[in-house]
Order: sequence, then C-alpha cells, then structure tokens
Amino acid sequence: MAEQMISDEAASKSGDQPDTPRMNMIEAINSALDVMLSRDPNVILMGEDIGYFGGVFRCTAGLQEKHGLTRVFDTPISECGIIGAAVGMGAYGLRPVPEIQFADYIYPGIDQLISEAARLRYRSVGEFISPLTVRSPFGGGIFGGQTHSQSPESLFTHVAGLKTVIPSTPYDAKGLLIASIEDNDPVIFFEPKRIYNGPFDGFYDKPVQPWSKHDGSEVPEDYYRVELGKANIVRAGTEFTVLAYGTMVHVAKAVVEAHGVDAEVIDLRTLVPLDIETIEASVKKTGRCLIVHEATRTSGFGAELAALVQERCFYHLEAPVERVTGFDTPYPHSLEWAYFPGPVRIGDAIAKLLKD
Amino acid sequence: MADDNKSASHEVRSNLPPLELHVPQPKFRPGDPVDYSHIHVPKAGKQARPDIAADAKETNELVYDLVRVLDDDGKAVGPWNPKLSTDILINMLEKMVLVRAFDERLFRAQRQGKTSFYMKCRGEEATSVAAAFALASDDMVFPSYRQQGVLITRGYPLIEMVNQIFSNKGDKLKGRQLPIMYCSREHSFFTISGNLATQYPQAVGWAMASAIKGDTRIAATWCGEGSTAEGDFHSACTFAAVYNAPVILNVVNNQWAISSFSGFAGAERTTFAARAVGYGIAGLRVDGNDPLAVYAATSWAAERARTNKGPTLIEHFTYRTEGHSTSDDPSAYRSTDESKDWPLGDPVNRLKQHLISLGVWDDERHAALDKKMAETVKDVAKAAEKNGVLGHGLHQPFATMFEDVFEELPWHLREQSEQADRERAIKWPNR
Repeated sequence: MAEQMISDEAASKSGDQPDTPRMNMIEAINSALDVMLSRDPNVILMGEDIGYFGGVFRCTAGLQEKHGLTRVFDTPISECGIIGAAVGMGAYGLRPVPEIQFADYIYPGIDQLISEAARLRYRSVGEFISPLTVRSPFGGGIFGGQTHSQSPESLFTHVAGLKTVIPSTPYDAKGLLIASIEDNDPVIFFEPKRIYNGPFDGFYDKPVQPWSKHDGSEVPEDYYRVELGKANIVRAGTEFTVLAYGTMVHVAKAVVEAHGVDAEVIDLRTLVPLDIETIEASVKKTGRCLIVHEATRTSGFGAELAALVQERCFYHLEAPVERVTGFDTPYPHSLEWAYFPGPVRIGDAIAKLLKD
Repeated sequence: MADDNKSASHEVRSNLPPLELHVPQPKFRPGDPVDYSHIHVPKAGKQARPDIAADAKETNELVYDLVRVLDDDGKAVGPWNPKLSTDILINMLEKMVLVRAFDERLFRAQRQGKTSFYMKCRGEEATSVAAAFALASDDMVFPSYRQQGVLITRGYPLIEMVNQIFSNKGDKLKGRQLPIMYCSREHSFFTISGNLATQYPQAVGWAMASAIKGDTRIAATWCGEGSTAEGDFHSACTFAAVYNAPVILNVVNNQWAISSFSGFAGAERTTFAARAVGYGIAGLRVDGNDPLAVYAATSWAAERARTNKGPTLIEHFTYRTEGHSTSDDPSAYRSTDESKDWPLGDPVNRLKQHLISLGVWDDERHAALDKKMAETVKDVAKAAEKNGVLGHGLHQPFATMFEDVFEELPWHLREQSEQADRERAIKWPNR
C-alpha cells in the first residue's frame, strides 16, 4: 500500500523516536479500528464498500480479511438501514462503528440518528443505549461538488444526545476514534477528508506537505485514547484566539504564521461536549476571538461559539468576535476555491480583529 | 410566484389525453352503508402450510391468501391448526380479555383527565397476544404503539403500565415518554418510538447482532400498514433479506392509519404480505382476528428464524375497531358500520366460541372472566393513582430532565439543570 510505504519511509527517517511510526490520517483511522476490533469482540464495522474493498478512502483496508466477514462487512446502499440496524445492534450489546461513505449521504439516516440513537438512553432511562460511532468523511477541497463536500456538523451539534468529534491530525484521529468507540453515547465522527493525506494549509495553489513532515503523524501502533471534550492549543499566543477544528486548524495556523501575528490557535477536537474552559481562559487572556469553519455561516457552529464567547468573556473583549466561514450556498464544484474560507478571507478577518 | 413556474405555464398538447392523478378514496365515508363483498374471505383450513425449511418462494401464494384456522363454527381446522392445549387456549383468552379491560379502563382515565393520551388495540388483541404466546419470552420485540398485548402477555406488572400512563412519581420512565410508550429490557420489550417504523431496521439490526454472536434469540417487530410506506420499512426488508436475519416482520393491517385508509399505503393494488415476494423473503397473510392463525403463523416464522431459514413478513389482516388514539374521532372520517360488519369478526369472541365448541367454556365463565379482569384493572388503576395522575406534571425532580441525555452530565446541561431548579423556586415555591 502506497500510504504504508510513505509511513515506513517516514518512520525510518525519524531517528530520535524510532519506535513511533508515522501514519497519515487514513492509516491512523485504520489502526484505531484494528486496535478496537482486536480488543473488543463487540466492535463491528459496516458500511458501503468497506469490506473486501476496504472503503472508498481505504480506511478499512485489510480489516475484513483480518477480523472476518461478520465483524467487518458491506451493507446495502441505505443509510437509514445502516444506522437503524446499528441502533438495534447497540441495543443488543454490540458497539457498532458504521461508516457513512460521505457526510453528504447521511441525511436518509438522520431520523434514526436524531429520534432514535440520540434518544434511546433518555427514553428508556438507560435500559437501552446507543454506543455507536458513525464515521464519515466530511468537508470540501477535493473538487467533490455539492454532494461530496459538505460540512453538516451543526445539524448534529444541535441534537440533544449526540456527541460530535472532528480530528485534525493522525494522532488525534486514532486517539479520538478509540475514545469515541469506547464511549457509551452515540458519536458522530467526522473525518476531514481534505487532510486524510496531508495537513492542507489552505494555500491551494502550493504543493501540500505530506503528513510525514508533521508532528501529528507520529502515531503509536497500540491502544491510546485522546479524551473527548478536551481542546488542544496547537499554537500558544497572546494577540487573539482562533477557534477552529478539522482542516481549518491547519489553514488558520498557516495564515496566522504568514501574517506574523501572535495568535493562540485552539483545535476544538470535540464540538459536543465542548471544552469551554480552554476557550474561556484563552479569550480572557487575548481579548479577541476569531472563529473559523468551512461550513455555511448561518446557524453554523461558529454562531454558537460566538454566543458562548460573548456570554462568558464580554468584559474581556476588545473587538467584536469575528467569524470566517463558507458562504451560505451549496458547495460549488468549479468555484471551490472561491467558496473555501482560505487565506484571503481569514486575513481580512484578522485585519478587522486587530484594527483598534 | 406561481406565475413564474415554467413547468406549470407551458402549452398543453391538445392531441393527447390529459394525464390524470389518482388520489385514493376509501369505499365508505360517514353515513355510508357498508358492503364488504370486495373482501374475499377464504374458507378456514384450506391454506397449505409449507415446511419450515421451505424455500421462501413456496410462500408466494400465501401472500395473496389468508391463513385461517377457526371456521365459522369455532372449530380449529386445517394444516395450520397449532393444536394448543386447553390450558394454553384459556390462558390466551384471559390475556386478551385482560388487554381489552385494561384498554377500556385507561381510555376512560384519559377522558377523566387523568392523563394526556391513550391508544386502544380493540379488535387487534390477537395480533400481539397470540404472537407473544408463539415467541420465546426472551425473544426481543420491537413494538409499535399498539402491542400492549405483548407486554401484558409477558407478565409486565400492570401497575407499572398505569404509572407510565399517568406519568406519576412511580413512573419508571420518569415521565419522559408519552403515555403507552413503554419500555422493559427485563421483558425483552424495546422502548417504543413515536416515529413510525423506526423500530423495523432496529429489529433487523438486533437480529443480525444475535446471529453475529451465535445467540439463539430472534427478534420480532410490528408496524401498521400505513407505516409500510416509510423508508425504514423498506430498508429493514432489504437488510433482513440481504443478511438472512432471524427476524419476524409483522404488519398489522388494521385498515386505517389515523384517517388515511390502507389505500394510501398501496392496498388498492396488492396485499402488504406481497411486499415479501419482491424482497425474496417468506411472506404470510393471516386472518388477524383468528388467534390460532396468528399463533400458528408466528410459530412457523419463529421456527424458521431460529433454524437460520431467515426472515418472514406477516400481514395480519384485521380492523381497528376504535379511533387511532384518544385524539381522534373515527366517526368523522369513516362509516360506523365498518366495525360492526367486519367480515372476520372479533378475536376475543372467536376464541371464546372455539373454547365453547371444545366444551371447556361457556357464557357464564366468560362473563365471570370479563368481570374479574375489569376488577383487576380497576384495582391496579386505583393503586397507581396513589402515585398521582398527570395533573400538573411536576412529579419528578427537575434534575431528571437532564439526566440520561448523555451517560455523564456535561457542563452545559449542568448549568441548565441549575437554572431549572432556580426557576422552580420562583414558579412553584411550594412544590
């Protein structure tokens, strides 16, 4: 496998830590699934094309062969059926990890997520739970057009009873995925597909670095967890706070560095539950806040973040909270880079934020 | 603006017949005399019973037929006769009478203002009680909202049902669920959803899990004929077929989905059991008012599922004698004669007549049973009422509103829980 070769090569180059292999995000996710299938006989994977073929993004490559047909299997093209069956399996006592091939395809299964998976614990007073982790690639930047590019996270953060997790590095992807699978609540695990193979920084016309050159690609082979609800300060700073997740963590950090400003960049990692303490402490320190997400603007998760920041940090704020987001349009195919909230839009917002 | 709609404003070609939209209409509306001659009721005992191991397609004729065991004289006849002992038959009758008595009492309780909502299953008791008799007690059931017969047959304490209906301080579900949306893991009875047919793919998933684990328990689920129009129904049938899931898919065709007759789910064209043919799974169409036929069909399907022969779709052809719920008046949308003239009779009465024909039952004993069950339910309802009725609704600590959203209380729900308690001190200082 090409990715494996890259990671092996990378591992041999990192002389100081020869024991920690380097992985891209696909390999890290594959490793998390492999570890959990081995550790817990109740973990099963199912989804469209995930079995013999190993998934359209190869996240489940080799897992059916290793763990067997009844642990890792293909499904009919029916997201309602996939999630509905997973709810039933969870009620039985399994810990299903269904894959929805693209986040854009999740809508036929949304009733089973909102009215069923998210509500079982509540309506049965804990007699039945939904310990499922729905994995799904999300976000744009791969010329996927409007049905392979969406960022629907705020549809799920709005639902009582669902957790929403979005990693930004291979290390986090593995640790967060393991923590999600072990979690007894239903988790929506969105994988930013633009950064599956490298930490894309938003400068679309420049070559993308491979993960092997990024610290976040050092991924232990064995079991470890990155706890849900804990944000990560990826860059400490004093001038303003950036709140981002997924691909936009890398984009925001690159733009901050290109502008030579001393911003504190926070990778939220989990939207629900949210690490409000880290956000609050940072904004109170810097007095300014920039929120960046790729999803559409109106009622996006940035609106929630902006409200929380003003509720909790208003008397520390020296400028209005800024939001940089995708436009309120369907994700366009050919105009992808005009739509994408990249360096120019973020740069404008930084200028506005630091004006006074 | 409608005028800007290009497809609506184009010129119709005059040399072609105009297209016509068919909107189904029921045969009878309020005040109409009822004529059921369009319903073919085959003779009891004439339907073939395929071998348990038969290929699914050997049931294809049965999806257009009607499996019947009890004939017009109350005799059990034909290959589907389950030949149950007198004790079991009397037990089954007792459960059906109990379900009916429970419905009567709790429907009245709603009318008396003791709760917000109730749903009866009158006329459909066999489709849950007789089915529950044919399943193992630990087979997992994924009911819709009209399978109280399963829960009662499995011995769930009636007082817990009434506590739930009254949403009182004894309600095990902490007042979170609409009345009758029961749940009991101990009785292998899945939590009822108000969203229709969602339980269908869940039952299939549970059955798949049971098969993955090499368990011996099967799953059974129920939905109304109206709900077969939901995507969930079709996803479930596809998954059940694809993975040969050990599951029984029951469609209770009671002719009405609130005010929409079965034609709005496709009944003008074919039967609901016939859906099985397209999925390549076994299908049976059963006289749902014949408890022995329901028992026989369910035990046939259960044995098939338990021996890895896969899923069965069973249509229970029956009639919803009462309204959909306490919230609708059926005389506003259908003829009152429909229920009276229903050609398949009443399931309680048919089982009663069968026991009389066997010489083990009579009208006096039946009247005594009716009285006993009515009193049982009355006593239970009174006992439950000591825990309170819905009333003001404030029977649970406000903190319970925030518990079980997640396994652990996150910061935002902790803050909201504290807010609810602060509001309580102001809004209801004495409660």
